[in-house]
Amino acid sequence: MLIPSRNRGGLSRRRFVTGLGAGAAMAALPRPLHAHTPAAGQVPPVARARWDLRVGRARIEIDRKVLHAPCIGGDVPGPVLRWRENDTVCINVTNTLADEDTSIHWHGLRLPAGMDGVPGLSFAGIPPGQTFTYRFPVTQSGTYWYHSHSGMQEAQGLYGAIVIDPPVPDPQACARDYVILLSEWTDVPPMDMLSNLKMQDDYYVFRQRTLASLPREARGAGGTLAALKDRLAWSRMRMAATDIADVTGVIYTYLLNGHAPDMNWSALFSPGERVRLRFINAASMTFFDIRIPGLEMLVVAADGNAVEPVPVDEFRIGVAETYDVIVQPKEARAYTLFAQSEDRTGYARGTLAPQPGMSGPIPPMDPRPVRTMVDMGMGDMKPGSSMKDMPMADHAPDMQAPHGHSHPMPHHESSTMEGMDMTDHAPHAPMSDMQATTLEPAPHGHDTSMPRHEAGAMEDMNMENMHPAGHGHGMPMPEQGMDEPMHHPRTAPMHTHGAMHHDMPAPGMAPVLEVDDPGPPPLNVENQNIARMPTDRLASPGDGLEHNGRRVLNYSQLRATRPGSDPRPPTREIIMHLTGNMERYIWGFNGRKFSESGPIRLRRNERVRFTLINDTMMEHPIHLHGMWSELENGQGAYRPYKHTLISQPGSKLSYLVTADAPGLWAYHCHLMLHMETGMFRTVIVE
Amino acid sequence: MRRALLLAALLLPATALPAQARSEATTTPRKTATATTRKTLPKPAYHAADAPTNAPVAYVGGMKPVMDQGRYFHGILDQLEGRYAPGGTDFRWDGEAWYGGDYNRLWLKSEGTLEHGRLHDGDHELLYSRAVSPYWNVQAGVRADIDDGPTRTWGALGVQGLALYQFEFQATAYVSDRGRFASRIEGSYDFLLTNRLILQPQAEFNLYTRSDPARQVGAGLSDVDAGLRLRYEIWRKFAPYVAVSYAGYLTQARRIVHDQHGESGALRLTFGVRSWF
Repeated sequence: MLIPSRNRGGLSRRRFVTGLGAGAAMAALPRPLHAHTPAAGQVPPVARARWDLRVGRARIEIDRKVLHAPCIGGDVPGPVLRWRENDTVCINVTNTLADEDTSIHWHGLRLPAGMDGVPGLSFAGIPPGQTFTYRFPVTQSGTYWYHSHSGMQEAQGLYGAIVIDPPVPDPQACARDYVILLSEWTDVPPMDMLSNLKMQDDYYVFRQRTLASLPREARGAGGTLAALKDRLAWSRMRMAATDIADVTGVIYTYLLNGHAPDMNWSALFSPGERVRLRFINAASMTFFDIRIPGLEMLVVAADGNAVEPVPVDEFRIGVAETYDVIVQPKEARAYTLFAQSEDRTGYARGTLAPQPGMSGPIPPMDPRPVRTMVDMGMGDMKPGSSMKDMPMADHAPDMQAPHGHSHPMPHHESSTMEGMDMTDHAPHAPMSDMQATTLEPAPHGHDTSMPRHEAGAMEDMNMENMHPAGHGHGMPMPEQGMDEPMHHPRTAPMHTHGAMHHDMPAPGMAPVLEVDDPGPPPLNVENQNIARMPTDRLASPGDGLEHNGRRVLNYSQLRATRPGSDPRPPTREIIMHLTGNMERYIWGFNGRKFSESGPIRLRRNERVRFTLINDTMMEHPIHLHGMWSELENGQGAYRPYKHTLISQPGSKLSYLVTADAPGLWAYHCHLMLHMETGMFRTVIVE
Repeated sequence: MRRALLLAALLLPATALPAQARSEATTTPRKTATATTRKTLPKPAYHAADAPTNAPVAYVGGMKPVMDQGRYFHGILDQLEGRYAPGGTDFRWDGEAWYGGDYNRLWLKSEGTLEHGRLHDGDHELLYSRAVSPYWNVQAGVRADIDDGPTRTWGALGVQGLALYQFEFQATAYVSDRGRFASRIEGSYDFLLTNRLILQPQAEFNLYTRSDPARQVGAGLSDVDAGLRLRYEIWRKFAPYVAVSYAGYLTQARRIVHDQHGESGALRLTFGVRSWF
């Protein structure tokens, strides 16, 4: 199914190798897969357990951008691998690159550490001319993907989709089943991008606020003065509210199954049929917002795992995430698969059509998001207002307005806490009261850790001006609310929970939770911000998607179809701050980059809660290799199992991990350039 | 008066540094004499799961999974321009280059003016730069004034970084081998008219403790070089501009230059290119 490109006069989508020499070289390469590789996005007709993949460089031209890309079998993306659960797969990966190592990492798969494919952690990489055989039992089903973990090969084209059949018939099986793999394409080498960003962090951003954009902003903000005040607040922080993506459509062409928008990748359907679309975000730096105008999408799986179907009009897919959706087009017309980048500098596009050669209308892109103080971790503060003006309550530890908390927890009557005078009690005493009276019945996974946060928060601040649910995003705070005491560098004791849990025997409750709490992150060379009031943003679909008139998926809607397999409460909480200095382009955790940190050590079979506090003003897709990340999103035991979690700016979220896979694992932000500049940790399960 | 000015100049770097020295210190909470409940709380024992350890991780083949300690090399010519005035035309450059990683860098700065075939105001610095806070670097090294005048060498210590409201700022104190002191303060601001059309006010002031007539230097505030540049970023690394610039001598230096029948200051129409790699 090769659709001619408008731009290139009927040449097939790429891979026209120029020069006899190169052509001969390509012909000489054994390319065993080619004969039966279906067109991009087509799931192979049957699952196979044995695969031979050859990694080499090929001249690939897309959208007039030529790259000698490291890829598999001369294709970007690589072939769709279809496996069967309970099979033991065997994949021979041969490195035909001239002078560099390669590797393939099976993203989201649970397998022995030695097969994970991360050089240095799992194995020594695949040197040129050598073949490495990956062999492991497949213990899961769903949509996944693979990519190189060597250098920055992934950013240049070394990635592809994995589809794993379940052992029993899939209740959501559809007549038509397509992979929709999104990625980006550029002829700028990733190292050059990084170097440019080290010199000028907004090198690729041409959407800054300017004098020219002031009138429009003034209209939006309700006055020139308000707009100017907001700008001043941002420039005082030495940040830009327009920092949405580090690398943008200025150099990227966004691809759908390897096709630029004008190439119009198409898939066929018959009206009335159910069509399953397996979306994979294989981009290295770009979040996509996906919709199919005119069609409702039923989200049936997230990161390979089935969820209770959620009907939506749109959803955001973070880098490395996968979502399966089912659509049922009734009319015999073309529907556009529209995936705009989060910063609205471009889009990937394809078509669902009853016949080949059709194309639907392309909707205009939405306005680009603008970051607010919520993204800076400052709760609902009005732009321009300063933390100094806030009733920081270490001077007045009275609990005036507990209803400010506005938890929509079913049994959480705000009156139950009213009048409690926290100051007269030792901090743990009222907490156990709260557990007994209000919190216990809440059907969510936060069975142990929440109360102490609550107490910490309430003791420490006057809630009056900080209604987390009241800010402009209008989202219901599902369960945690503002559960973090304000991080304030000058009043560090406010960050009390580190201490409180230690003497919290809480009779009858779960075992004592050990907490690895780094405290508020330092403001240092590697970190430029502290989220003073990180909020729960699980019910928010993300910046730029709120109040757009469409039903947009959010994390709190994801509910697994079956309860989690490990019912144990966590015995340890690991708090990780996501930090960075955009100005210097350094990223990390807890104010440190990778090379200045130690590994995170987990005991074998330990049940751990990871809590992420995002002190940066950008989304980070956080990915733990080898183990599931069970998102605590208020769905109780039906937590969605994910391998990659978007941490929204200024937010706090938590997830549970069972450390059941011994070995060395990678834990990192999946934005390529964030990982490479330090947002990476080694996890050791021993 | 001069002393006061100089003092202010030398202190500026210190005040410009925000309270950044917090670093890891914040992880051990300080006592705040507030609520009585605090007394009952044990000290929080902050511990990061990823704290640095002495036990090295045994990476397969000694391979680190990411290389976050890359070194980079960049150079920028902020000013490369011709300045036109009825009295005479001159040519000026001001640029810098650096090589290094996130914390430690080697900087080379150079500026000078070519006027009637004579090079003056030429000084060149070689500095070690250390990142000390989110936005500030401390720089130390040597400066050599090399042009048509007598050569002077100085030891240099300064700060460079991004001040509040995104002002680019540099302040450096110098001490010469002859026991003289000097200071230079530079600042600029990028005002975005559109995303590519950028108005940049910029100024540089030089202060000295002692006069040096051979180099047209006067005690106190000696000279200023300022410009208002309107550049268009055709691409990030190449931006032509038009500007008005002013270069002139002040206070005592003005008299010295006047006595030497030199021009003590001029506002000129300027054309140039800002470029980096």
